[in-house]
Amino acid sequence: MKKDIILAGVGGQGILSIAAVIGIAAVESGRYLKQAEVHGMSQRGGAVESHLRISDKPVHSDLIPEGECDMILSVEPMEALRHLPFLAAEGWIVTSSNPFRNIEDYPVDEQIFAEIRKVRNHILLDAEKIAGEVGSRRVSNMVMLGAASVHLDLPAKKLEEAMETLFGRKGEDVVRMNIAALQAGRDAGKRV
Amino acid sequence: MSKLVLLGDEAVAQGALDAGLSGVYAYPGTPSTEITEYIQRSGQARQRNVHADWSVNEKTALEAALGMSYAGKRSMACMKHVGLNVAADPFMNAALTGVSGGLLVVAADDPSMHSSQNEQDSRFYGKFAMIPVLEPSSQQEAYDLTRYGFGLSEKFRLPVMIRVTTRLAHSRSAVIRSAAREENSMALPANLRQFILLPALARKKFKLLLSTFEELEEEGKSSGLNRLEKGTGKKRGVIACGLAYNYYREVAEMHRLDDPVLKISQYPVHPELLRNFVNAVEEVFVLEEGYPLVEESLRGVLESRYVIRGRMDGALPRDGELNPSLVEKALGVREGQPVTVPEIVKDRPPALCNGCGHIDMFKALNEAIADYGPGRVFSDIGCYTLGALPPYNAINSCVDMGASVTMAKGAADAGMFPSVAVIGDSTFTHSGMTGLLDAVLEASPVTVIISDNSTTGMTGGQKSHATGRLVEICGGLGVEKEHVRVMIPLRKNHDKNVAIIREELAHQGVSVVISQRECIQMVRKKRVS
Ligand SMILES: Cc1ncc(C[n+]2csc(CCOP(=O)(O)OP(=O)(O)O)c2C)c(N)n1
Repeated sequence: MKKDIILAGVGGQGILSIAAVIGIAAVESGRYLKQAEVHGMSQRGGAVESHLRISDKPVHSDLIPEGECDMILSVEPMEALRHLPFLAAEGWIVTSSNPFRNIEDYPVDEQIFAEIRKVRNHILLDAEKIAGEVGSRRVSNMVMLGAASVHLDLPAKKLEEAMETLFGRKGEDVVRMNIAALQAGRDAGKRV
Repeated sequence: MSKLVLLGDEAVAQGALDAGLSGVYAYPGTPSTEITEYIQRSGQARQRNVHADWSVNEKTALEAALGMSYAGKRSMACMKHVGLNVAADPFMNAALTGVSGGLLVVAADDPSMHSSQNEQDSRFYGKFAMIPVLEPSSQQEAYDLTRYGFGLSEKFRLPVMIRVTTRLAHSRSAVIRSAAREENSMALPANLRQFILLPALARKKFKLLLSTFEELEEEGKSSGLNRLEKGTGKKRGVIACGLAYNYYREVAEMHRLDDPVLKISQYPVHPELLRNFVNAVEEVFVLEEGYPLVEESLRGVLESRYVIRGRMDGALPRDGELNPSLVEKALGVREGQPVTVPEIVKDRPPALCNGCGHIDMFKALNEAIADYGPGRVFSDIGCYTLGALPPYNAINSCVDMGASVTMAKGAADAGMFPSVAVIGDSTFTHSGMTGLLDAVLEASPVTVIISDNSTTGMTGGQKSHATGRLVEICGGLGVEKEHVRVMIPLRKNHDKNVAIIREELAHQGVSVVISQRECIQMVRKKRVS
């Protein structure tokens, strides 16, 4: 079993939390892990990504080779496309459809969606809407993780436990809302 | 022992703690910051009372670490690559004084300049100072080599450099710890003249350093950190330094390559190791993250029968960080047509946060200086450097920490008026204060705007040593009281702030405007917790 995932988004959208949840779940499931994160300058509203590699054999490179990525998991639709050169032919693109417009030349939504639909295996979700229904738009990132988890070899239970480990400090309500977002995302992901 | 999932930086920190570290000294800087932050959070460190407060800059950090080593304890100074420029003086000289307690200098390089002004390769500093350099290729090695480094430092009585790069510093993986060692107890150096570099003594010290060099090469041969991994191939050999080793292993697995590999994680490299390796194959690829240090040493300038491939002949790009795909291309095994990013995808550079005080400061400055025309604002390094981008287009330089003040002075000396510096609070105490004294001494007509957000923002909000002290510092350096002005950068104060800056721009001597409002990220963080 080997899964190479690129997490994408804009600084501040919570992709490091997604990475942390998957990372904890993977290690708790006895897998090898390497996870390259972006810290520093681009966290100030710039494009950010994280390369996450999970395997039942030791992982060499911290970075995923081009054309080898099993999934691009993005919390922003244009950011999902930025990493297309990495996606394997049979790979999945799982992305939120909610644009984050902090640049002047941001393209038209429909153009972005059309590019995403060109990838055979794709899930395009209104994560903010789903997150809003379970309590708060702030957990959109976990909705996307839920949708992605359908195609990841990690049991939902392990992901929920990882959320408890990660968010436990912040109180039960936070944990519950994140888990609810994960489940709602998972349901939505299955329907696609 | 226990298994942890750690960033490369954190693995260095944990390795140091388990090696009996008594103090870390550092100034924040991507990608080195998380080393010190990990020690600041560590219960183990707190229990032992390990020093972990931030220093004012990298030079003070390295000197304090050297002082702790003088007193017999194990210490570590951490910095980003350009921080080593600031600390270069103690760094070069510590190679002559040598150490008493083990001393590690951790330099975190940033090839591809993800968050830096350049991509200098710190291994050259190690070579320059003639001290050992350790370059881990994985998080586990980061832990192990840090532990080994302290022993090495005490064995040869030399500072040892740990060199990491962004991808290791900021990548997480499992690390297995080994039993922690106790701290050294306080002890004066056996020779109380060891640290006195008067010329007569320094000459002896330098001869000693020169004579140690061969032993360091031997050490790199026997430590196992530079090791030959046999392969069935006879044609091609691969020399892989630090992190580049992983990229080769990745590509080798994908394409079933089996070349002999010389894995390098310790410098200096014994020439015999290199010679034997190169002689056994027809063609050698040198993979290194950073500048071509090993490659250059193999090539020389004379005609040679050897075929050396790497960054210098275009097999790999001369700049930027490596990755598996570049290594694939270099080795000629990459298949298929590359997919390109759709044209509609636009760049998304970093930007100042909504509600950031730097924004209101720039708006006021832009209006106040408009009458004089563009091109008169030197700036510095920090979040406020983003004032260079539209819509502000407010600054004309970003060179090195503190350079705004001194460049403004130099331009004022040349007759440019007004001459303005925009500098952050943490950058000001890092390296701006001394330059301000230069300006005060000559009453140079400069206006220094300290954009004070009460934190070291760009690197994630570390304590700023300027907080609450700026008015006193500027007064103490001799700036006239009536020309140390404080303003609060809020939209409602805009007109008032424009007036303040205008008055100080017109002043024919040194003036300082402290624009003071807390970083919006820090305000939010406080609200959440
Ligand atoms: C010599 C050196 N050390 C450290 C850094 C990393 N660095 C860049 S900006 C910065 C923070 C500056 O803080 P401040 O001046 O308060 O500005 P802010 O980011 O808060 O606006 C640091 C530590 C660097 N570029 N050069």
